[in-house]
Amino acid sequence: MPNDSTQHCIIKDGIIQPDHWHLVTIPETGNYDIPPGDIIVPLKLWQEQADTLSQHPGKVGIWINSHEEPEWIADKLRQLPLIAINFPIFTDGRGYSYARLLRERYHFQGEIRAIGDVTQDQLFYMRRCGFDSFALKEGKDMETALNGLATISQSYQAAVDQPQPLFRRR
Amino acid sequence: MYVYNDCDQQIVNDRVAQFRDQMQRYLAGKISSDEFLPLRLQNGLYIQRHAPMLRIAIPYGMLSAKQMRMLAHVARTYDKGYGHFSTRQNMQLHWPKLEQVPDILADLASVQMHSIQTSGNCIRNTTTDQFAGVAKDEIEDPRPYCELIRQWSTFHPEFAYLPRKFKIAVNAVRSADRAATMVHDIGLHLVTNATGENGFKVFVGGGLGRTPVIGSLVREFLPKEHLLSYLEAILRVYNRYGRRDNKHKARIKILVRALTPEKFTEMVEQEWQQIKDGPSTVTTAEIERLKSFFTEPDYETLPEIDTSFEAHRTQEKVFANWVSRNVYPHKKPGYAAVTLSLKKTGIAPGDATHEQMDIMADLAERYSFGELRVSHEQNIVLADVKQSDLYPLWQDAKRYGFATPTLGLLTDMICCPGGDFCALANAKSIPIAQQIQERFNDLDYLYDIGDLDLNISGCMNACGHHHVGNIGILGVDKKGAEFYQVSLGGSSGIDASLGNILGPSFSEDAIADVIEKIVDVYVANRIEEERFIDTYRRIGIDPFKQQVYRNA
Ligand code: SF4
Repeated sequence: MPNDSTQHCIIKDGIIQPDHWHLVTIPETGNYDIPPGDIIVPLKLWQEQADTLSQHPGKVGIWINSHEEPEWIADKLRQLPLIAINFPIFTDGRGYSYARLLRERYHFQGEIRAIGDVTQDQLFYMRRCGFDSFALKEGKDMETALNGLATISQSYQAAVDQPQPLFRRR
Repeated sequence: MYVYNDCDQQIVNDRVAQFRDQMQRYLAGKISSDEFLPLRLQNGLYIQRHAPMLRIAIPYGMLSAKQMRMLAHVARTYDKGYGHFSTRQNMQLHWPKLEQVPDILADLASVQMHSIQTSGNCIRNTTTDQFAGVAKDEIEDPRPYCELIRQWSTFHPEFAYLPRKFKIAVNAVRSADRAATMVHDIGLHLVTNATGENGFKVFVGGGLGRTPVIGSLVREFLPKEHLLSYLEAILRVYNRYGRRDNKHKARIKILVRALTPEKFTEMVEQEWQQIKDGPSTVTTAEIERLKSFFTEPDYETLPEIDTSFEAHRTQEKVFANWVSRNVYPHKKPGYAAVTLSLKKTGIAPGDATHEQMDIMADLAERYSFGELRVSHEQNIVLADVKQSDLYPLWQDAKRYGFATPTLGLLTDMICCPGGDFCALANAKSIPIAQQIQERFNDLDYLYDIGDLDLNISGCMNACGHHHVGNIGILGVDKKGAEFYQVSLGGSSGIDASLGNILGPSFSEDAIADVIEKIVDVYVANRIEEERFIDTYRRIGIDPFKQQVYRNA
């Protein structure tokens, strides 16, 4: 589960900045609140409560877990300002494929945010796959994490940040 | 050989700086050992039973003399003076100091070497035939394509956290498969189609380990320009749907089997249709650029047979023996490819000292245009030797212990580091290899037995490829004691097959006797020139079983 405490800052567009989004998670049991303002809700909630959420005073983005596929939302992307992709554990690399698909296949223009087990050493790969904001795992230093964004200065393959492979640029 | 330009060099330099920083953060306690684990693994660094182990990449087995000397230098400066050449054409240091690893990487980067993705759940070093470019019946030199794959897979942002490790191997000859491609996650065969165009036949889901499988054919012919997009489609399907809940079921072979090869192929083709013809389509210019690094050296025009070589061969039986086993025919008249054996009795298979590495570099410069290759069988190859140089080269090789004339014979074993070095081992493997080498020390008898692959792994992870040995030996744990299971009938060649288990396992001191009995059955049953594997395939496992377990 991603951390649902209010996160004040995130890394976005290469810098540390204040964050106005609230991440909503649904506990296994018990109630949950939908806070006012801009919210990121679980895919399931968004599908089940479409009507209520359409009345929400604030923007509504969604987050998907690593087993929830981009194809499921491909036809609704235009309604979404933000899609967060959760990394339940950093070794689960499905989210990298999802981000590329959202950008390259479905031409999603909004924000793609990495949430969950996100640390400095994944940022380079994430950025290349089309993520543009990163909510670091709790307790991680954001200043040093910025170094992770561009740790390797050249890339061989085509990806979202550089659609031409190196062999077409040599 | 491929030579880095500024971009290539920048990438390995950046990696050294990145890893130095990661190591510092780890040593300063800023990242946990769990977080550090995949970072160090993707740089080939293991923490083993006795010490760290560092695996250095030797892309598709190619080394210049200068790079070989660098390997000698790192073995001498940062380790106990020797290294271990592995079955995947890499070299391992078994005793480096953790905090010195960034310095080792910096030294390696100075000669265009690295240890990027030599371990971890990512795309590993691409391997190929040690005779690439010189084999007679080669369709095309596979190395430009191996380099293309190396570059594409290096820091591929989408595939750095796969369900499990991923290995690709390329074969380009019709008559053999020296890269064991059928037991790789992806096996690529260079082939020519009906219209005379070269491309790839694609196999997916081969592998060893706990569940050995021969790869399934997913595409009969892939035009070269689509190589990268097709690989990307396979990897994407695997990254999305490979199992992540159980490490023992996470390899692509399990996915292919669960979906069926037909369904898997359909998913790959569907994915590929959407990315095909995109920017990753390989340009002719890039293929030509890569090919330009693998052009022929300055061969002399020589007669088919050198007379001095022939004379030595008829006069000296020992030289003739060595030639018959360790010298491989070359596509150019008057040239030969020579295997320097790292299988001397009493030494762990694949091990070489720093002095030996320096000497091999010298020999490469003297006799073979300054290039060397590492073979899947853990030996070193000089691929372009003049026939007239074979005799002096043999004398040098003898002097330094590389002339064990047993290539392809029973004692030319593949053997993993096993319990002496590896934390995962059930049992030791190197002492078993030594026991067998000592038992079969009569060369005439070895020659009479002929071609026989014997492979030894210290546990189910099968780094010693025991499933595809004609005779395979696997270390097992029996109530805390080290035991060995024997299997027969495996092959990693063009006729790839997996071995069958002979029966209950044996204690360490029984192994040499067991192997001897197995060989006896073969010798008694073979017809004329039949190889061990052919006799086995004809008579089956029962006669072997009866002989081995007769008095048990
Ligand atoms: S087969 Fe097992 S014992 Fe041998 S190197 Fe591999 S993991 Fe270690």
